[in-house]
Amino acid sequence: MKYILRKLTTLIITLFMVSLLAFLAFQVIPGSPATRMLGTNATPEKIAALEAELGFDQPVLVRYGHWVADFVQGDWGTSYSYSLPVKDMVLEKLPATATLVLLAFLLVVLVSFPLGVAAARREGSGLDRVLTVVNQICMSIPPVFVGILLSFVFGITLKVFVPGSFVTFSESPGKFLVYMLFPAIAVALSRAAMTVKMLRSSILDEMNKDYIRTAFSRGRTRADALRRHALRNAIIPVIAFLAVTAAELVAGTIVVEQVFAVPGVGRLLLASISGRDFPVAQAIVVLLAAWVVIVNFIADILYQYMDPRIRIQ
Amino acid sequence: MNIFKIKDRKVGKSLEGRDGPNYFLISGAAISVLMGALILVGFFWTPYGTTEMSGREKFLPPCLSHPLGTDNFGRDLLSRIMEGAGSTFLIALCVVLIGGIIGTVIGCLTGYFGGAADLILMRVCDAITAFPSILLALVLIAVIGMGKYQITIILGILFIPSFARVVRGEVAKQKSLNYVASARLMGASHLRIIFRHILPNTVQVLLPILAIGFNNAVLAEASMSYLGVGVLPPDASLGRMLSESQTYLGKAPWYALFTGLTIVLMILGMSLLTEGLQQRRRK
Amino acid sequence: MKRMFALFLSVLLLATVLCACGDTKPQEEAGGFGSDETSSSGEIVTGGELVVGISQDLGDSLDPYQMTAAGTREVLFNVYEGLIKPDATGDYVPAVASDYTVSEDGLTYTFPLREGVLFHNGDAVTAEDVLYSFETCAATSNETDLVAALSAIEKIEADGDNQIVITLSEPSTAFLSYAAMVYIVPEGYGDQATAPVGTGPFRFVSRSVQESLVLEKFADYWGEAAYLDKVTFRIFEDANALMSALSADSIDMVNHLTVDQVDTVDTGEFRVLEGTMNLVQALYLNNGVEPFDNEKVRQAMCYAVDVDAILDLTSDGYGAKLGSSIYPSFTKYFDESLVDYYDYDVEKAKSLLAEAGYPDGFDMTITIPSNYTPHMNVGEVLVEQLAQVGITASIEPVEWETWLTEVYAGRNFESTVIGFDAATLNASALLNRWMSTNDSNMINYDNPDYDAVMEEAAACTDEEQQTELYKEAASILTETAANVYIQDLADFMLMKADLDGYRFYPMYVMDLSTVHYVA
Repeated sequence: MKYILRKLTTLIITLFMVSLLAFLAFQVIPGSPATRMLGTNATPEKIAALEAELGFDQPVLVRYGHWVADFVQGDWGTSYSYSLPVKDMVLEKLPATATLVLLAFLLVVLVSFPLGVAAARREGSGLDRVLTVVNQICMSIPPVFVGILLSFVFGITLKVFVPGSFVTFSESPGKFLVYMLFPAIAVALSRAAMTVKMLRSSILDEMNKDYIRTAFSRGRTRADALRRHALRNAIIPVIAFLAVTAAELVAGTIVVEQVFAVPGVGRLLLASISGRDFPVAQAIVVLLAAWVVIVNFIADILYQYMDPRIRIQ
Repeated sequence: MNIFKIKDRKVGKSLEGRDGPNYFLISGAAISVLMGALILVGFFWTPYGTTEMSGREKFLPPCLSHPLGTDNFGRDLLSRIMEGAGSTFLIALCVVLIGGIIGTVIGCLTGYFGGAADLILMRVCDAITAFPSILLALVLIAVIGMGKYQITIILGILFIPSFARVVRGEVAKQKSLNYVASARLMGASHLRIIFRHILPNTVQVLLPILAIGFNNAVLAEASMSYLGVGVLPPDASLGRMLSESQTYLGKAPWYALFTGLTIVLMILGMSLLTEGLQQRRRK
Repeated sequence: MKRMFALFLSVLLLATVLCACGDTKPQEEAGGFGSDETSSSGEIVTGGELVVGISQDLGDSLDPYQMTAAGTREVLFNVYEGLIKPDATGDYVPAVASDYTVSEDGLTYTFPLREGVLFHNGDAVTAEDVLYSFETCAATSNETDLVAALSAIEKIEADGDNQIVITLSEPSTAFLSYAAMVYIVPEGYGDQATAPVGTGPFRFVSRSVQESLVLEKFADYWGEAAYLDKVTFRIFEDANALMSALSADSIDMVNHLTVDQVDTVDTGEFRVLEGTMNLVQALYLNNGVEPFDNEKVRQAMCYAVDVDAILDLTSDGYGAKLGSSIYPSFTKYFDESLVDYYDYDVEKAKSLLAEAGYPDGFDMTITIPSNYTPHMNVGEVLVEQLAQVGITASIEPVEWETWLTEVYAGRNFESTVIGFDAATLNASALLNRWMSTNDSNMINYDNPDYDAVMEEAAACTDEEQQTELYKEAASILTETAANVYIQDLADFMLMKADLDGYRFYPMYVMDLSTVHYVA
């Protein structure tokens, strides 16, 4: 319990620091958003008035304080470009990204666990060799390119889906899932390959430890020793890796959403950065950062649960 | 590692076995040499001018005179890929150099001297590496702008922590070894010990990290340029070409295919090479 | 991000006001579209839904006085109306007002309000709403020209319940065109930016950032009601995605396409309509810096640039060559003979460069806003062509904001590729900016002869004579090679074969009220 509390404190401090940094980053950017909002024909007086309205005449830390207070209370500000509440805009885009990340994560776990275990169990077999080679290749393909290949093969050639014509869940849940499957594969592929490799070597490491050899000496078969003893311990490092994966998948979606024109937060983030719509960019960066921090927190807790030795440290 | 004992008993030869050729090393070296040659030649000579346009030769599929076909301006794709791969390579190289050098220096100093600075710096490094680099890069791009120099510097900075962490760990390990103590007894200065005695011994762990860093840099450049926030036209880069090629995916699929394939080969060659070297070391 | 047609944003921000001028003759097919035809026969179907693909996000406020992007205006033309509104011929017709009269001294405009005009929220339009709209527009609009035009209003008042009288401090022939830009909105309604309410044939339903904007038929429209029940503007920021959607049959209509895009679609079930974008794209040269202050250098560059090759490379030969700062749909002012004033001649270019003291050429930078692909593409070809005469040009891609501050406002550049369009349908809209005294003369063009002709033209009361003077001014620009003029970009539109009734406007709007399906 103490451990969790300590981690929780760290979590909150980290979130605080991250939000401060994200806020500061968007404050030091040259050029005033007021200039952009008003176009080329605005008078200096108008710009000054708008800047005052946006609160730019106050010191940075005061603005940060206001922003955090508002943010926590659910007021995420107003978009410079769209004049819409940032919260509505971001929450509207969140489901698509969340689905994508979830789907990709499921793919990573569902594909890599059986394959990783199988490769380790039959180490050196034909399957293992093929997997090792395929793994190396999959790890080398950028998600962007996987996305483009999938669009070409399944979109343009086989016409399974229409690249770029995103189908919302409410329009047709089935088509939505089919459409989302491809970006999810694009995001998941290289991470799945890494997880297979990771799991395989983790199991093999474990199989090599004394207690497994003891098991062998007691007449257990390899498969038996693996299932009964090695797997549980081998999975512990993999959990930490999956936490990193969950964080990286979010980064992957930023790119892949662009390839498949999925209207998610990644695309909104890009548009808001190039359009200098900083209230939106700020909110998304903080959200994504919070996701990373929280995933790591959960991994820490799981880790500790699975491996009691950590508690002692 | 004594995995092999079990393996030898239970199953036959493994990919990682002592016997037989090191396929990873061979194929990795072959691909890397090929890509290296392509890039190196590309710096001095390309089959056609990289900007040579021709209205009549737009979107030619691969043929004898244009082995990889042509693009939307009728430019020879092979020539453009050679140029693009060259600039992607240079960017990745600079990123690794910036991250590697600064990271190594920080890692050496903090690992050797330890103390509060070590603790704080490593905490910061942990925090930075926890976040996906694309997310951080996007924030930094919003701050300092886009372009090939900006992206190189941004990625270089973001890569510092990963190098620093590894080097620090290794230096801290080496510090307690006997040879350091003897050097100290012989009156060598701290800096001399760090850079003349310890550093050469960290090369073994540093090399694979450099290779992984290089691959990550290629990937990051490709992604950022694809998103339109990395290398901007008219500068060539594989990522930017990939984003251009997507527009013509239906009309000229070879454009995207060959550009993407070049990125894959660059990364694959390097990672197979690293894998192969690591295996050789294990034996 | 391939926001091809964000191109037009540039145009609009620069030109500020996009409207036709009341005092010019209506021009047939002023939009420049070759086929104005709505030929297919068949019975008009009332009802149905339409999906229009648009290739840029409406990253903008929907407030009638705050929106800046041309794409937003184009769409909301269906929602908002002024007292008067432009029609497809470039004339102004009464809208919220039932008529208008101008006093003989040109100072007093009287607008009787139309009976029974309703806002989309069901309220009737009152004189107070009109006064409120004019005040709010004058106070909050970001468009300097419009604000300036409105500041010439000495007095605006309601004469009774249904008549508005506007008195100007001095006569202005352009006043009507500005008055048309003041969209009438309900007094005191605060959510225009996100849920616009106007009086147009379509009412706003919903908007989803980066995805879509939905309009539906306004049944209580004062005029002829729209045929379509619902229009969905689907946003495809990625041009490629737009094309896939077209092929997959999920879009009924799309405009502002390039020839490459049209080529990739199976146009079988679509009608292709070709036109131009109505803008002057050129390699603009800063006449105030070396070596572009030398006329011979500029002329040499004109000879060195092969515009036909540019059109071939960037748009399969589509697009209209210019020769000067006037584009062809300005039929009245456009001078065909200027188009080929500088034929492509490398040798002549080289000898002119030698005469000017640059026998070995020189280095130059072309600054281009990187998000505008058509300009970037032309820039890439220019670099290649200039190299043939020894000029080493390099492209400096910049962000749009940087371009505005550094190049346009700061005039801190050597050359740039951009497109300018006209605020009104009078040649002055395109030519005034190159007068040495003009604030937006970003190329620092300083030619007393040109200034004299332009001043004479402005003061001229005879229309024919004025036209001749403007033509003369345009030819001065060509002869002195003020810029390397390139093209008015080709612009294509696709619509389903069973759609009909679309009318092109000589301006950047998309009027969907007349569009219908045929059975």
